[in-house]
Amino acid sequence: MPKAENIRKSFHDKPVLNNFTHDFDEGKITALVGQSGCGKTTLLSVLMGLIPADSGTLTGFDKPISAVFQEDRLCDNLTVSANIRLVTGKRFTKAEIEKELCEVELSGCAEKPVRELSGGMKRRTAIVRAMLAESEILFLDEPFKGLDSETKRVVIEYVRKKAEGKTVIFVTHDREECELLADETVELISL
Amino acid sequence: MKKALITAAGILFWLIVWQIAAIAVNSRILLVSPIDVVVRLSELVVMADFWGSVLFSAARIMLGFFLGLVTGTLLAVLSGKFRVIRVIFSPLISVMKSIPVASFTILALFWISSENLSVLVTFLICTPIVCSNMQAGIDSLDPKLEEMSKVFKIPSWRRFSRVYLSQLMPHFRSASALAIGLSWKSGAAAEVIGIPDGSIGEKLFMSKIYLETADLFAWTAAVILLSLLCEKLFLLLVGILQKKIERI
Repeated sequence: MPKAENIRKSFHDKPVLNNFTHDFDEGKITALVGQSGCGKTTLLSVLMGLIPADSGTLTGFDKPISAVFQEDRLCDNLTVSANIRLVTGKRFTKAEIEKELCEVELSGCAEKPVRELSGGMKRRTAIVRAMLAESEILFLDEPFKGLDSETKRVVIEYVRKKAEGKTVIFVTHDREECELLADETVELISL
Repeated sequence: MKKALITAAGILFWLIVWQIAAIAVNSRILLVSPIDVVVRLSELVVMADFWGSVLFSAARIMLGFFLGLVTGTLLAVLSGKFRVIRVIFSPLISVMKSIPVASFTILALFWISSENLSVLVTFLICTPIVCSNMQAGIDSLDPKLEEMSKVFKIPSWRRFSRVYLSQLMPHFRSASALAIGLSWKSGAAAEVIGIPDGSIGEKLFMSKIYLETADLFAWTAAVILLSLLCEKLFLLLVGILQKKIERI
């Protein structure tokens, strides 16, 4: 079970995380909620191993991970399918990728360069990429940001289906997203 | 198609302006008409000597360009990786960018034969241009994509060929296009000063000596066309190569 114990993190002597402790249920979806600036993204970065914690211990996070970042972090000059294959290699055929894209209402976009997509389409590409990557732990940082309510519902359904059996830690400040997706909610308090 | 038509219209406009100017000046020594240039160029292209000069100059200018391209790219990569290399080479690159072609050429004539002068001059012109452009590309590599690559554990080759190359290629392409154009400009200028036998520069120099303005314009047109042809061909090859690398 992935476990975070007494995680502390400060930036320029300003504490952002203070003794964060939590056991993340394996195969469950945990939502991290809280006001802007309360350290949700920082915590996610620490859990992903992108930034070191000042103190505390992490156990069970040494498994293959996948993520939807706060920004899309796609290669703008590559096509949608090239961005997906960047992380999946040749595990999926063209038709299989097209089918996945279809599920998030991106049919016909596989060969389009990412720079030509709208913000919402880029977001969905980043989500499909994360779902198709081989992983046991999935980190989602405000994954549905910029999606209209109709598309959001379709994408949440897609994420729920694809994330089955994986440990998912997702950051949001939207209570509705929590209700639709999360098995458990952890509230972070601003320091 | 529409873009091509607009470009063609622009070219046609300036050709008409040129033709009117040539009629107004009415002196084939001061200014020849575009029609005279086309006629003279068509006479030249059927001569073996023309192609000999083209081959002589093109081989040397493009060799200088390739050497500059490789050196400039390597320097940029090393400068991005090791700060000490950037500190050592950046004043040299700045100086190289500002030195006039004529100064390079005269200095180079002390070191090497006039035959290979254009290789050295184009190399010295291309290296700083390619280095600066590639350095700008390397500096603008998105660190967030680097983080993304780490999270997804993207293998090194794929990371290089997709993540880095896709970000660096626009800089490489613009550096190459700029360097090819300047290679032909500086290479031809170096040949005019060094006057190596059988070069385009020699032909340009002779047209000045014998006041053959039509020859001067025809050879200049040949240089422009060769420069454009080299640029298009090179960029086409780079595009094909990039696609092949991305498929590996």
